[in-house]
Amino acid sequence: MPTKGYMEVDPNHCKGCGLCIEACPEDCIEFSSEINRLGYHPARYKGEGCIGCGFCFYTCPEPNAITVYKKGKEVA
Amino acid sequence: MAKQFIKGNEAVVKGAILAGCELYFGYPITPASEIAEGAAKYLPLVGRKFLQGESEVASIQMCYGAAGAGARVMTASSGPGLSLKQEGISYCAGSELPVVIIDVMRGGPGLGNIAPEQGDYNQIVKGGGHGNYKVIVLAPNSAQEMCDLTMLAFELADKYRTPTVVLTDGFIGQMMEPVDFPEPKDISRRKKKDWAVFGDAETKRNLINSIYLDPAELEAWNKHLQEKYRKIEENEVRFEDYKLDDAEIVVSGYGIVSRVLKGTVNLLREKGVKVGMLRPKTLFPFPKKKFAELAEKPDVKFFFVSEMSNGQMVNDVRLSVEFKKPVHFYGRMGGVVPTVNELEREILKLKESEG
Amino acid sequence: MAKDILSTPKSFYKEFFRKPDADKTNTHYCPGCGHGVIHKLLAEAIEDFGIADRTIIISPVGCSVFAYYYFDTGNVQVAHGRAPAVATGLKRANPNSIVISYQGDGDLAAIGGNNILQAANRGENITVIFVNNAIYGMTGGQMAPTTLIGQKTTTTPYGRAAANEGYPIRICELLSALSGPVYLARGAITDPATIMKTRLAIRKAIKAQMDYKGFSLVEILSPCPSGWRMTPVEAKKWVKEQMVKIFPLGTFKDETKEREPIAYEKREYTKEEIKQALGLDKEAPHFSHSMDDVKPIWRNPKIKISGFGGQGVLLLGNTLAEAGMEQGYHVSWIPSYGPEMRGGTANCHVQISTSEIASPVVDHPSILVAMNLPSLDRFEDDVVPGGLIIYNTSLVTRAPKRTDIESIPIPATDIADKLGSLKVANMVVLGAIIEKTGIVTEEAAISALNTVVKHKKFIPLNIEAIKSGREYVRNL
Repeated sequence: MPTKGYMEVDPNHCKGCGLCIEACPEDCIEFSSEINRLGYHPARYKGEGCIGCGFCFYTCPEPNAITVYKKGKEVA
Repeated sequence: MAKQFIKGNEAVVKGAILAGCELYFGYPITPASEIAEGAAKYLPLVGRKFLQGESEVASIQMCYGAAGAGARVMTASSGPGLSLKQEGISYCAGSELPVVIIDVMRGGPGLGNIAPEQGDYNQIVKGGGHGNYKVIVLAPNSAQEMCDLTMLAFELADKYRTPTVVLTDGFIGQMMEPVDFPEPKDISRRKKKDWAVFGDAETKRNLINSIYLDPAELEAWNKHLQEKYRKIEENEVRFEDYKLDDAEIVVSGYGIVSRVLKGTVNLLREKGVKVGMLRPKTLFPFPKKKFAELAEKPDVKFFFVSEMSNGQMVNDVRLSVEFKKPVHFYGRMGGVVPTVNELEREILKLKESEG
Repeated sequence: MAKDILSTPKSFYKEFFRKPDADKTNTHYCPGCGHGVIHKLLAEAIEDFGIADRTIIISPVGCSVFAYYYFDTGNVQVAHGRAPAVATGLKRANPNSIVISYQGDGDLAAIGGNNILQAANRGENITVIFVNNAIYGMTGGQMAPTTLIGQKTTTTPYGRAAANEGYPIRICELLSALSGPVYLARGAITDPATIMKTRLAIRKAIKAQMDYKGFSLVEILSPCPSGWRMTPVEAKKWVKEQMVKIFPLGTFKDETKEREPIAYEKREYTKEEIKQALGLDKEAPHFSHSMDDVKPIWRNPKIKISGFGGQGVLLLGNTLAEAGMEQGYHVSWIPSYGPEMRGGTANCHVQISTSEIASPVVDHPSILVAMNLPSLDRFEDDVVPGGLIIYNTSLVTRAPKRTDIESIPIPATDIADKLGSLKVANMVVLGAIIEKTGIVTEEAAISALNTVVKHKKFIPLNIEAIKSGREYVRNL
């Protein structure tokens, strides 16, 4: 079932700056405990709460790191 | 086609338009201003563009942009302006952009004066900006050649993707002579430059650039440039051979000095002195081989170079002659043009001492 | 226009193939760097406007020197500060392209200060994205013209002091004093609300260019966490709390509605039109003449004409040479130019010859025209033996001392005055030359006047002067 919104962080394109976490009005993004190929703790979606506002997308400086599905996404 | 009695500087403008120059960016300076004024007058009449840049620094960079966008473009100035343009010329060389630059030399250093001098040879021929580059340098000595060599400059600049300088002096720029103007080049039949960035889908993936962070990559790029310069040296040497066949004394000079030298050669020939002139029309590539050949000839006793400078081109003659024969220099500076009789005296003095 | 999915804008390359390192999908920017966000806003606008194919982005010198790694548009990399000049060249060459100059604060406001000022003032139809992070990021954190008072950088280690380094430059305020720009705005990327405002400003600026309205610039306050030695979140806060105080956000100029679009003409001219424009569509007239009819000493004459600036000595020389050319000879004319043109003495050298002219310099004239006394004093001795001196007795108070030359005294200025204009004294002398030497014919001289004299209404008076000069010499 599609949720209200959905966001994804590509862990290999995140430099762990934390700006998306700061910008998220729903507090639904956090740092992962994993270390990615660039040597950062990437951001990740907590899994629920996304309203599809896109704030994280626009604050993210990496072109390929964040995708936001405003109307949600089929979750496997 | 039509023959006109015209100033060298104006012949440059008309030649440029006939060669298909589409844009001119420049800044006024004596004794080159007639080029900017002529460009401002004539380019708009044929649907092309003139813009007076805010500085020499900006004007050459506007040329960088227009050349990068695939257009035929030019600028003109004199020594002080060329000093400022050197930044942009280095970038044009590094990004392989064909830009035509006219330098109508005046007296220096510093503000100097506005009389004709030839003190820019080193800053133009030896590459006055930073990096391992050269520019093609053409040296007209008449109003006719101001037209012809400007037209040639556009062809060579495009052929080799390199900035090309027409190096002349205030004298040749200000002098009026008859010029036979050729037919205009057909721009529409010119091949679209497949490396330029026109702002269209076809050329979107092209890049105008001179930065190569990786040393090995930059070295490879430099080697590519050096290979290009080698090809230019192989194919584009031009000179005038005047009465050299039986010459025992070889005189050389470029620009206005070569005209005075020609007068001297004529005068000395009347007196039975076997003297001839080798006049470089291209300063880079320099006619090294021709000088070397003459140096090997048993008949040739010595070389005599005259410039309106402290002796700059003479060093290229020395490098070409490789000490096989003496190379003498006689220079005037500050805007003083040597006279036919003055050069005659100098040559006869040397003839005496060289036995 | 609202999209359901927000992801990498299509005007970014899928793979950054020009990026030399192995990582072809990440930018070279530091974590939290403002460039990434600004790139994204720009790329998104280019995609949404559908202009990627005709857009050319200029990569400056600064951290965004490699902007060309990322944008799938035309790309041109340029020298430090010169982007507006290069943009001018690009745009003037292809007015339908969309030219975006992307510049940092050192590039735009310091070394390129005049370039941006002048491009803005010309109303150049380009868009400038001005990234202001108050520091030189690429070279390791030196002072920028926008560095705040008290801000420590590697070249202001004790903090920027107004007394030494002056004050931060406010570019939007500065440029808004000019008539040229059509749209000027300052935004930031500190929080979603300001980001969205900046996003709109970028679009407005590009749209202005697409509509041919002229110069647009968006200044964007941007964090440099590495240069400022802060975390990305701290850096963002610093922009909001410190930079915005000095660089207030907002629109500084917006004339996008009222400004008339710039019109461009793009037409290729025919060869005939080009020749006509350059005056090359007509053959010069030809007059027959033989040097054999001229006294040997004046054949292939070397002429020096000298006088005060304003006596028309250059024009006299020019007319003689033009007439010589129309008679089919080799000719040359050189002026003594420069300050002499502006009121001092002026002279010119003219040669007319049946053979190629080697040196155009006349050191020893066979004909000297002295329009004033200093000219006679200066050049009398140079005249070749048997040569001719024509001197203007209206101003020259002595006769030549030489006895081995021929001379013609003529009150040229007085004759001209009687004809109604002091200015035609030169043509009186031309008449004297024609009458005495025959090196050019009156017919050829009059034809030459038609080419040489700019204001055609003066030609009849000039012709009258020539005839008067001839008559005077004939009656000597």
